[in-house]
Amino acid sequence: MKHKVAVTINGREHEHEVEPRLLLVHYIRDVIGLTGTHIGCDTSQCGACTIHVDGKPVKSCTMFAVQADGRKLTTIEGMAKGDQLHPLQQAFWDEHGLQCGYCTPGFIMAAAYLLDQNPNPTDDEIRRGLEGNLCRCTGYVNIIKSVKSAAAAMGGGAAKSTSRSAVTAGGE
Amino acid sequence: MAVSQLVGAKIHRREDPRLITGHGRYTDDLNRAGLTHLAVVRSPHAHARIRSIGLEAAKKAPGVIGVFIAQDFKDIIAGPATHPVAPVFAPDKKVNPPRYPIAREEVCYQGEPVAVVIAETRSQAADAAQLVDVEYEPLPAVMDIEEALKPGSPKAHLDQPDNIAWDATYVPWDATEDAFKTADVVVKERILQQRLSPNPIESRVVMAEYDPFDKRMTMWMSTQNPHWIRLFVSGALGMGEHAVRVISQDVGGGFGSKISPYPEDYLVPAAAKLLERPVKYTETRTEAVQNAYAGRGQIFDVEVAAKKDGTLLGMRVTQMLDCGAYIGTFGAFQTCACLLAGGAYKWKAISSRSVAVITNKITTDPYRGAGRPEATHVAERMMDLLALELKMDPVELRRKNFPGKEEFPWTQNFGLVVDSGDYAGSLDKALKLIGYDQLRREQAEARKQGRLVGVGLSTWIEICGLGPGAVTGPATGGVVLSESAQVKIHPAGGVSVYVGTHNHGQGNDTTHAQIAADALGVPIESIDIRHGDTNEGPGFGYGTYGSRTLAVGGVAIARACAKVVEKGKKVAAHVLEAAEEDIVFDQGKFHVKGAPDKSKAMGEVAFAAYGQLPSGMEQGLEAVAYYEPPNFVWPFGAHICAVEIDAETGGVQITKYAAVDDCGNIINPMIVDGQLHGGIAQSIGQALYEEMVYDGDGQLRSATFLDYSMPSANEIPDMLLGRQVTPSPTNELGVKGIGEAGTIAASAAVINAICDALSPLGIKHVDMPATPDRLWKMIKEAGK
Repeated sequence: MKHKVAVTINGREHEHEVEPRLLLVHYIRDVIGLTGTHIGCDTSQCGACTIHVDGKPVKSCTMFAVQADGRKLTTIEGMAKGDQLHPLQQAFWDEHGLQCGYCTPGFIMAAAYLLDQNPNPTDDEIRRGLEGNLCRCTGYVNIIKSVKSAAAAMGGGAAKSTSRSAVTAGGE
Repeated sequence: MAVSQLVGAKIHRREDPRLITGHGRYTDDLNRAGLTHLAVVRSPHAHARIRSIGLEAAKKAPGVIGVFIAQDFKDIIAGPATHPVAPVFAPDKKVNPPRYPIAREEVCYQGEPVAVVIAETRSQAADAAQLVDVEYEPLPAVMDIEEALKPGSPKAHLDQPDNIAWDATYVPWDATEDAFKTADVVVKERILQQRLSPNPIESRVVMAEYDPFDKRMTMWMSTQNPHWIRLFVSGALGMGEHAVRVISQDVGGGFGSKISPYPEDYLVPAAAKLLERPVKYTETRTEAVQNAYAGRGQIFDVEVAAKKDGTLLGMRVTQMLDCGAYIGTFGAFQTCACLLAGGAYKWKAISSRSVAVITNKITTDPYRGAGRPEATHVAERMMDLLALELKMDPVELRRKNFPGKEEFPWTQNFGLVVDSGDYAGSLDKALKLIGYDQLRREQAEARKQGRLVGVGLSTWIEICGLGPGAVTGPATGGVVLSESAQVKIHPAGGVSVYVGTHNHGQGNDTTHAQIAADALGVPIESIDIRHGDTNEGPGFGYGTYGSRTLAVGGVAIARACAKVVEKGKKVAAHVLEAAEEDIVFDQGKFHVKGAPDKSKAMGEVAFAAYGQLPSGMEQGLEAVAYYEPPNFVWPFGAHICAVEIDAETGGVQITKYAAVDDCGNIINPMIVDGQLHGGIAQSIGQALYEEMVYDGDGQLRSATFLDYSMPSANEIPDMLLGRQVTPSPTNELGVKGIGEAGTIAASAAVINAICDALSPLGIKHVDMPATPDRLWKMIKEAGK
């Protein structure tokens, strides 16, 4: 018994009949053909399959495709605007934030939400914000550097980042 | 001489744009028309006899195209094919159980393939695999390597005489008798190396397509080693290498686990041939943790003898190595720990012995560092235990026993010639970088407050750059681990470089282009680096592992470029109407000696090279080079770690980490740092978190990322990296390897720091992983 699912992915509308057990990540990869979202662990530890669902990061192996019905999804393929890389993509490139690249899309998607919520994070806030993603190559050092560099490039708004830093400093 | 412009520069990685935008080409991203999917039915038992296999229900399941067991592959896969064992460094094997890609009557590890199911979709294959009805007669599982050595132990394979793969003494014990007799102090310790799961974030994927008309097989797979796989698979399938093409594009990490062949590497192409449909197998994570060739899994019994003043005299080391159910293709490489256990120090004599044991677990094989992290851990732990016994600062003990930089090339105890080094130099720099004296002062203060604060050192060395033919030839059955490269300059000046190594994150597409751009004097943008397709480039490539890609493969590129320049001089002489010996090549231009304005660029010479040439001169501007290194290369360095342990929880906080590593000349400093970061993190993972845990029946209890604990960004500290450059005299680039350095160095620094922190409690040694529960128990026990 198949179910209808209609989603918007990276601004494009899609509609398919799918098995109810089909995972969202398999739908994105195998049905839609967007293979930038990767599968690393099957148990929701590694975060390689992280995408945005209505602007929030979701490990797409934790959702069924049918649960995404009516939602707006963004995958790594939707981050660049034409030839213009997203500041996080540019920063990962500049700071050597990737090696084999397999976990990278998940990190970029998780980091994008982190910067959306906290445009000027401290190193510790970045570490905590990315603890749901695993990388086996980089030792995270350059990933953290990349996120900081992207935060600076995105401006964050001087006033806004100052106040957030103040809150952070007070909070810790 | 071309002025070096790119070598040594931070050049952005050219492979990154596709990877950061989601356009990588990992094997599971690839598709073929009419693709089918293969699922493997695996033994749930570590050791059992197969009584019967019922296939009817699976065959009738929706979408199923084929269900196959061992006998179905009888005429397709020859012999115990998945078991080419390279006797690297290893003695004659006593017990070497034959391995088939799919079990026949007996299964010998949990996860051993018993049947395969091929269906139209991945989920149909997985569903049908559940319907294969296998009746097993469970047998006792051999899980403990010491128990396995006892007479009367159950056997891991019923038809083998015992469980001893080899028992080799490299230098007998009487060679160290004098050292121990004349010693003022003798220190003994048992040092464990837990089993580790390599866990690249991309698990293994194999896809194969057979063309029955041209009788060609194409395989796409996630491997570090396409040419070796082609050699093994074409042999097993009786096809000849010309008919098998292995393509390995983007690979999501390897760490050694994607070097040797796996059962699916044979089963997938064999199924594609049987069905005449393309077949893909994508490993699940649990399959990966259970079946990927594991790392380490060793016990070391070590004793060292020294004089009161800290002069080292003798070492005796016995390695007990858990081979798993079958000896790994390169599994015996891990015995190199027995030849390197003396570390960076001068000893009067070292005796060593390796005993390898067959168990009912997945095979062990090289995992990042392979044998060298174990050797470093042994050497560095023993130095600290000795320093404690002698009440010496561990820095002073090390300094006292280093060979001086003027002593290189230095021949160590096993006759291996260390090419270059300055061990005191890198140690001094690291001490300064971390502020060692200040750390010790802070530690003294902290101890007064009852806090558990420690500092640990690891002055590691590494043998890499496999390898000299005299060693690797015999080790591989005659295939010398040289490396190949082909450089083609096309008529309009574009350059294609084909390499026999493989890139799975190391940045070779960039560093190799830097080498070629400098050697040819052409813009880096006009160079395309190609790897991972056995139909392109030289006849054989030896793959990427063992920190060999630059020190061997990079040199092959430089040599192929030099051959092209030599040919270019002949062509330029013709074009410039000068004698060949009067042609000078400088910064990409050929000119006549003394007349630099009369010159032709590489592109112009290339164009001429494909045109009319004097009689006797061949057209074309291309060359193949195979480089066989005359020796290994020996990177080294000093890592220092500071920790604080919470006595209430046993939790370890790394408060500071500094490293000064020396890998000779550097092609791209950004990539060197990245390799170190990752290697250190992986080694911290071993020191503090990771372990493959089995129960007594051979059930893997850590078979997911939920249970197999790897560090996240929260657990890895920032790292202070310094640098020292002592060029290697082994090759003309002066380079050494850096891919494994961090992994070789860090575990000893972390554990030494932990032991230092706990020393006021009388705790001298801690095994890995130093998890909170282990440390908490030790702290409580010490307090009693």
